[in-house]
Amino acid sequence: MQLGSENYIGAKDGSHNRDFILTVEDLTVSFDGFKAVDGLNLYIDKNEIRVVIGPNGAGKTTVLDLICGKTKATAGSIKFKGKELTKLPEYKIVREGVGRKFQNPSIYENLTVFENLEVSFPRGRSVFGALAFKRSADVIARVEQIAAEIMLNDMLNTEAGLLSHGQKQWLEIGMLLIQEPELLMLDEPVAGMSARERELTGELLKRICANRSVIVIEHDMEFVKSIAHRVTVLHQGKILKEGSMEAVQNDPKVIEVYLGH
Amino acid sequence: MNSVMHKWLGGRDGLIGIVILAAIVFVIMPLAFDVFRLNLIGKYLTYAFVAIGLVMCWGYGGILSLGQGIFFGLGGYCMAMFLKLEASDPESTKIQSTPGIPDFMDWNQITELPWFWQPFHSFTFTVLAVVLVPGIFAYIIGAAMFKRRVTGVYFSIMTQAVASILTILIVGQQGYTGGINGMTDLRTLLGWDIRTDSAKYILYYVNALLLFGCILGARAIIASKLGKLMLALRDREDRVRFSGYDVASFQMFVFCVGAIISAIGGAMFTLQVGFMSPSFVGIVPSIEMVIFTAVGGRMSLIGSVYGALMVNFGKTFFSESFPTLWLVFMGMLYIGVVMGFPNGLAGLYTMYIKPRLGARKNSKAVVAKTVVPAESAPSTIADNSPSNA
Repeated sequence: MQLGSENYIGAKDGSHNRDFILTVEDLTVSFDGFKAVDGLNLYIDKNEIRVVIGPNGAGKTTVLDLICGKTKATAGSIKFKGKELTKLPEYKIVREGVGRKFQNPSIYENLTVFENLEVSFPRGRSVFGALAFKRSADVIARVEQIAAEIMLNDMLNTEAGLLSHGQKQWLEIGMLLIQEPELLMLDEPVAGMSARERELTGELLKRICANRSVIVIEHDMEFVKSIAHRVTVLHQGKILKEGSMEAVQNDPKVIEVYLGH
Repeated sequence: MNSVMHKWLGGRDGLIGIVILAAIVFVIMPLAFDVFRLNLIGKYLTYAFVAIGLVMCWGYGGILSLGQGIFFGLGGYCMAMFLKLEASDPESTKIQSTPGIPDFMDWNQITELPWFWQPFHSFTFTVLAVVLVPGIFAYIIGAAMFKRRVTGVYFSIMTQAVASILTILIVGQQGYTGGINGMTDLRTLLGWDIRTDSAKYILYYVNALLLFGCILGARAIIASKLGKLMLALRDREDRVRFSGYDVASFQMFVFCVGAIISAIGGAMFTLQVGFMSPSFVGIVPSIEMVIFTAVGGRMSLIGSVYGALMVNFGKTFFSESFPTLWLVFMGMLYIGVVMGFPNGLAGLYTMYIKPRLGARKNSKAVVAKTVVPAESAPSTIADNSPSNA
């Protein structure tokens, strides 16, 4: 049933004795009887960059939605650092260290770049914490550091709505980075970007992936090749193949359902 | 000092706005009008509390409550209960079959003061109740709605339903509430006759001071990170949620703040006008209150005060001359504002008047900026904030 699992050496028993940061087992979600994700098993290592590919409707975005709590699972378990996520509300999952970037740039257009990052700074997250929050020197330093990372350091006072599409994507990545997530999930981060922006984003992702695990959904095969440690191919809610980029690309089933056309 | 100025007054523009409004309310109005008219303006200013509350909820929080009359009414009724008890001492109610209870209870064959009326003998309790009863009620409504992610139009409809239910409850339970007539014939506050001219002057000023207190408090909230989060929430609820914030608790907070500010207005209404009735609780008055904010500008605390004043002036003037046309005019005004100038009077000001005022001053500022092109980032950041008038 799990087509991919035999390709992942030691995955099945490894879930017990290996230190995965994310362990997804038998995850299923059905919408009115349609199983968008069907008995999925997924194991993500520490500091691993995993790319998820697959045809439209394969359930890629749904998997991310399930991990971050946007969609509730029908069955199965999602463990992050040994902690079950399926029952937690979204904001607690975030506080555990799971960051999620949406497909369309999701930023606060009426606030400046600085304010976007400041609001995402992980302090003062309760109502009264937010009231008492002060823009102290360490906040400013951190915002500037992140802004430099995402190449927006000279646009701190620009209203975010005025940024280009690519810059908006970077800003949202920055808003996640400032929270220092241990698992970062990116949904098509280079879609709609120019070739140059794509290149810069690739470098950005490699830099920020240094000490965290990342799950990326992407269609751009050149981009996937340049960043992936390991690739998971989803098809109709199930894993079709899992392994290195090379193994995936040469797999006849994958070529048939996805790469072939 | 600088941060106090920035936080509470909203920078230089904010300070100018506050000073002009203060001059109008504290100096020009009392000089220009006799005590009867001033009392009327005081009444309008109690609606300005609700309008400020709506700027917080609707303008910043994106939560359109069509039931702010609930909280205005609850605050007003709490104050009215205290005043009514004071007016119902055994001496002045000795002709009743049960002396010492409010007259409407006596008319409804109630022979004993109900338990929930008892604490309103205490002024301290009453003052706390004015704030806490609407606050807790708003918390309950907010928790029931926002935790289930009921927002937008659905939330607005629910608040209307609650306003309607509360009106029916008050009218129906006339033995306990005074029914459709409300609580009338309120005379003294701790022995001080509130119907005299001097009392009306004093209450006008107390009201105005409380109003400014609420404006400054609201400004402090808007200037804090919470204020930015409200804006963020309005546009990208999911992004805020997936940045580790419990969205519902922020919506509940701002809804409660709006309710409490409205309730203070309601209590001051009772004191200045001398009665409270269900006609300030239901759907129609609640929608009128939204119109005050819409006309004044839903992103502007100061603007909404002008909105409340102007619409009510208009209402008094037109409803005297054209009683039947007034409601139609009010409806047209609302539609006109929403379609024509969605940011209200304050929006018109920032679009058309402010640029002309600023044109001369800015020529100097431009020179200053070009002289010092590399202003260090932290200082520009510290000065930068949404400066809504």
